[in-house]
Amino acid sequence: MAQNLQLTSDGRLRHLLTLDGLPKRILTEILDTAQSFVSVGERDVKKVPLLRGKAVFNVFFENSTRTRTTFEIAAKRLSADVVNLNVNASSQSKGETLLDTVSNLSAMLADMFVVRHSAAGAAHLIARHVAPHIHVINAGDGRSAHPTQGLLDMYTIRHYKGDFHNLRVAIVGDVLHSRVARSQIHALTTLGCPEVRVIAPRTLLPRDVSGMGVHVFHKLEEGLKDVDVVMMLRLQNERMQGARLPSAGEYYKHWGLTPEKLKHARPDAIVMHPGPMNRGVEIDSEVADGQQSVILPQVTFGIAVRMAVMSLVAGANS
Amino acid sequence: MNLPDPNALIDALAAQLAPTLSPDCALIGIHTGGVWLRDAVVARLPLMSPMPVLGELDVSFYRDDYAQSGLHAEVQPSVIPFEIEGRHVVLFDDVLYTGRTVRAALNLLFDYGRPASIRLAVLVDRGGRELPIGADFVGLKLDLPATEHIDLLRDATGALRFVHGPWE
Amino acid sequence: MKIAIRNGRVIDPLSGLDAVMDCFIAAGRIVALGAAPAEFHAGMEIDAMGLVVCPGLVDMSLRLREPGLEYVAGLESEMQAAAAGGITSLACPPDTDPPLDEPGLIEMLKFRARSMPGPRVYPIGALTHQLKGERLTEMGELHEAGCIAFSQADAPLIDTAVLFHTMEYAASFDFPIWLRPEDPFLARGGVAHDGLVAARLGLPPIPVPAETVALQTILLLMRQTGARVHIARLSSRAGVDMVREAKADGLPVTCDVAIHHVHLSEMDTADFNPHCHLVPPLRSVRDRDAIRQALADGTIDAICSDHAPVDEDAKERPFQEAEPGATAAELLLPLTLQWGREMGLSLAQTLARITHQPAQIMGVDAGVLRVDGPADLCLFDPAAVWQVTPETLLSLGKNSPYLGHEMVGRVRYTVIDGHLDYRQI
Repeated sequence: MAQNLQLTSDGRLRHLLTLDGLPKRILTEILDTAQSFVSVGERDVKKVPLLRGKAVFNVFFENSTRTRTTFEIAAKRLSADVVNLNVNASSQSKGETLLDTVSNLSAMLADMFVVRHSAAGAAHLIARHVAPHIHVINAGDGRSAHPTQGLLDMYTIRHYKGDFHNLRVAIVGDVLHSRVARSQIHALTTLGCPEVRVIAPRTLLPRDVSGMGVHVFHKLEEGLKDVDVVMMLRLQNERMQGARLPSAGEYYKHWGLTPEKLKHARPDAIVMHPGPMNRGVEIDSEVADGQQSVILPQVTFGIAVRMAVMSLVAGANS
Repeated sequence: MNLPDPNALIDALAAQLAPTLSPDCALIGIHTGGVWLRDAVVARLPLMSPMPVLGELDVSFYRDDYAQSGLHAEVQPSVIPFEIEGRHVVLFDDVLYTGRTVRAALNLLFDYGRPASIRLAVLVDRGGRELPIGADFVGLKLDLPATEHIDLLRDATGALRFVHGPWE
Repeated sequence: MKIAIRNGRVIDPLSGLDAVMDCFIAAGRIVALGAAPAEFHAGMEIDAMGLVVCPGLVDMSLRLREPGLEYVAGLESEMQAAAAGGITSLACPPDTDPPLDEPGLIEMLKFRARSMPGPRVYPIGALTHQLKGERLTEMGELHEAGCIAFSQADAPLIDTAVLFHTMEYAASFDFPIWLRPEDPFLARGGVAHDGLVAARLGLPPIPVPAETVALQTILLLMRQTGARVHIARLSSRAGVDMVREAKADGLPVTCDVAIHHVHLSEMDTADFNPHCHLVPPLRSVRDRDAIRQALADGTIDAICSDHAPVDEDAKERPFQEAEPGATAAELLLPLTLQWGREMGLSLAQTLARITHQPAQIMGVDAGVLRVDGPADLCLFDPAAVWQVTPETLLSLGKNSPYLGHEMVGRVRYTVIDGHLDYRQI
């Protein structure tokens, strides 16, 4: 059902809600299209007229200036009109339901919603209720999914490694609370990556994580052995001390990516991070700024990937 | 209808073009047939030094039928690895029909810069224009009804041929 | 009114009676089975050819949403829905607004319920003041006002000492306590079973130990205090195993399960369907299968509807923010019949779980069909197929995972205390 909701009857991408269950054909189409948008981004005039006259509403029920900005740039480069709304404080606290908010915004003639919400499944709910011509892009829902981040990570891997078929990829950190990790895992397994590893203490892994097709490691050195790609996750401040972790210092000591730990990976391994980074907690500055880091290209590719997703869904009107 | 061999048409087109080219020209094909045509023409040009620079355009992001049919499958990156500013551009496309593809290509080209001039070379002008656009170099002029299509195809060996028939 | 029910297939799960015969009702009692008593002049004849005539269903958990939540559903609609589901006796949990923690509230509820057609209503009193888990309620007074048992409903009881003392205090009166086992710390913030689906979807999980740790505490305190405890809404295989062991050990513990947990599993939450957001969470297929088996082998004594009408505004939210619960009064019978069919049980065996077995735990004279017994009857067509839609449900709560699905088995008539309180049109 989640899959049907995302696709039109003729199999085109109508909404992007999650990468879970999305066919390989669609993922590849998005990555291919993004490649063309990367070349647009290298021109003097970085704009194309695809979404001229369309209104893209960035509706953020949870604050995130970074993500919102990349969607805003992407929409503007597609010539769309962009409206940014931070709904977290205002109407939700007055008891207006999520669907009320969305109906109100629909009445302002939105063509596309880019939604971030703290509850898993929020984007699905909106997609189920919007008019047929409106498209929904999930910019992060709870711990569930952050599909455009997952896609830009796949784009980055493909850019540096060619394809996925001989890769060992390690995802390091708080998988339990991470929508980014979930989207990465779904995308990697769909695209045919033969070995996906997760590396974290038990307290930061879902109990049934191996059921998602990943290999579980608790020791960073062991998990990094011979990997081609290291994907670091951000450790949220509120998790650094508490019942799941004793301190940021102990986390850094065991799971922080230092140049020494990185030596266990293949010499040509790339290091990724979705940002914003906690230097000295999950990643050492020397690694973050080092030769193997592709963290800044990730950001550039992120805009092209979001342009690709927006132009594909906005064109899928059956 | 008996269609001529495209290779003979390209010979003639190349002969027509060659004297008008200078080293500061840019030869730019529109994906995908226009790139094939451009390649075939370049192969027939006499050597000059330096050779004109080559580019490729994919007009998918500039098409005016996006709202109706969405993004076309297999968008290719546009490749303009040179400054467009001040260049004399020759734009190549396989078939000139409504003129909408050329319109999109002109818009796209201007997002790279301001060329000194643009001329259009097509293998077939099949009539049916919907925009005030004309070709400067034409391999073959036809007057096809809207119910029929003509396309250039390239097989695995690189050989070009026409296909022609009713729209499916 | 005297009623003659002709040619029905009369089933009494307790005695094992299962035969086509007539049934005669007068003055709220069943006066004869088979031949009519002398001088019996029926004021109403019901042709029950092709129907099953069984004791009215006894539901151990059905929320009437009164007092306080009438904007969601009202006593009248939910009493009708219960009658339409063949239910003739029900226990209503204390999670109303305010909670059922004062005798006045119990008396008012009973008075209101008696004033309208529908099932006999047996309130469950709040175990602690305001269900806050801090102070005992006046259990003696509440019992006199009509409470048949005491519970926390779904409210947590964080302090184990308070739990211990409520059990001691209730044991002094021999009052039963109904407890849903859930450790509030292990369940905190969770909305879904800690399994594959929650891992994939990123739903905050509730691990099985939330149930088993609490269950273990309850069982140990039972042994210590001698309190009569009924375990409500089991959800896991491990929990079922613990109850089976305790029973084998001679502990007088009983337990129930909600009807949705007999059929659904975490897989049904895979599309974020808020109608599958239930308390306790739908667990794995293995857990579900263990529940089905435990119901068949007698480890689990009863099935309840755990009827919880929720209005659309509270349901049409992202899964984790949607109010949990499902409307189920009208689905209890067909879904129980489905379980019985799938397990290869007889109708009498199947119906026992929703008639005399729960009645016995509640300590009420219900769930049996015998001469001189109360005239509480359910007449249903075991082969009738109907579709669950907002229109076919009488409950104001239209929140069901089964919306759009077809059910087999439909109540045609419900007789309560000798009155025809429901007739399917």
